[in-house]
Amino acid sequence: MTRPRADLLLELADDELILGWRDSEWTGIAPFLEEDVAFSSIAQNEIGHARALYELAARDLGTDADALAFDRPIAEYRCAPLVQLRRLEWARTIARHWLYETADAVRIEALKDSDDVEVAGLAGKIEREETYHRLHAEMWIERLLAAPEGRTRLEEALLELWPYALGVLEGELRETFAARVRERLPFGLPEVEAIPRDRHEPELAELLDEMTIVRRSAPVGAQW
Amino acid sequence: MVTVEAVWEALAEIPDPEIPVISLVDLGVVKSVEIEGDRVRVEFTPTFMGCPALEAMKLQMEGAITALGAEPHVDVILDDSWSTDRITAEGREKLRVAGFGPPTPRAAGPTTLVQLQSKAFRCPYCGSTETRLDNIFGPTPCRSVRYCESCRQPFEQFKTI
Repeated sequence: MTRPRADLLLELADDELILGWRDSEWTGIAPFLEEDVAFSSIAQNEIGHARALYELAARDLGTDADALAFDRPIAEYRCAPLVQLRRLEWARTIARHWLYETADAVRIEALKDSDDVEVAGLAGKIEREETYHRLHAEMWIERLLAAPEGRTRLEEALLELWPYALGVLEGELRETFAARVRERLPFGLPEVEAIPRDRHEPELAELLDEMTIVRRSAPVGAQW
Repeated sequence: MVTVEAVWEALAEIPDPEIPVISLVDLGVVKSVEIEGDRVRVEFTPTFMGCPALEAMKLQMEGAITALGAEPHVDVILDDSWSTDRITAEGREKLRVAGFGPPTPRAAGPTTLVQLQSKAFRCPYCGSTETRLDNIFGPTPCRSVRYCESCRQPFEQFKTI
């Protein structure tokens, strides 16, 4: 790897933390109980992955995981715009979930082959849990594609999110991801410009403001 | 001076914070125990990474080692060495008796939806394999929810990871 590994770790950690937060927004209000449980569990897993990734990055950067998760200025967050979006609408939630998990699988596969044993080991551990996220997303894609209304709403949501999804990965990994998505769908997706990681959606500022409120109110360190 | 055996015995007495029928040693999260003078170094491999019980497990291990008169060093190892295959045979039986479906052995490839929807999972209450997947996710990250068509009882099935 030519980039410092902390750079890469922060991209991953920020994606998982922010998506975990977005998933947790369904806790208590998902369309039915099973999905309330599913999205709450997925959120818990993603935030667990973020913590481990921040811990590894923190060792390289001489700081700690909480400081990386909560104390950086907004301009330093590297999460992809796809996970920043607030979309409390079921078809868009499922579309983002499936797009993200498909992209994440491509990325994790590559990291598992990394020469860096710590990165490869952590990627392997994360992958064990992500398998179940993908199965859940795939189950929903099957379900939505099976009925005309579901298919229409999924297609609309995928068209809206497609440029965002392409921005999760770069280069060859992006191409692999796009090919996997297109192969699974009975309809096409356009060739569009990817929305890059350095873009910050307005919702990100709101999210960070809410997420860090306790941390900011107890700067010497809250314990719970 | 404390011995390696005494530490393993003490750790085997610590119940899992969320599923107390099984011990931390049954769960296979203790990777190694080493003694260096008065210091005891334990390598601890977490299960699910977002599991809130992990911090409690670490504190309990430190407490048990301190109680033996040694200084604990519990290192959290974030590599890929823990899988549900590390749960001991005794641990699996304890889970089943308590009404949980123990994790099935890991297959060569990744778990598939077809496998989860298959009848390969046995009801811990009546032993029937006529069970169906209700939800991939359950009360904690480590469990799914299944329903037994034979005894009409929902049960929690440990995920295989």
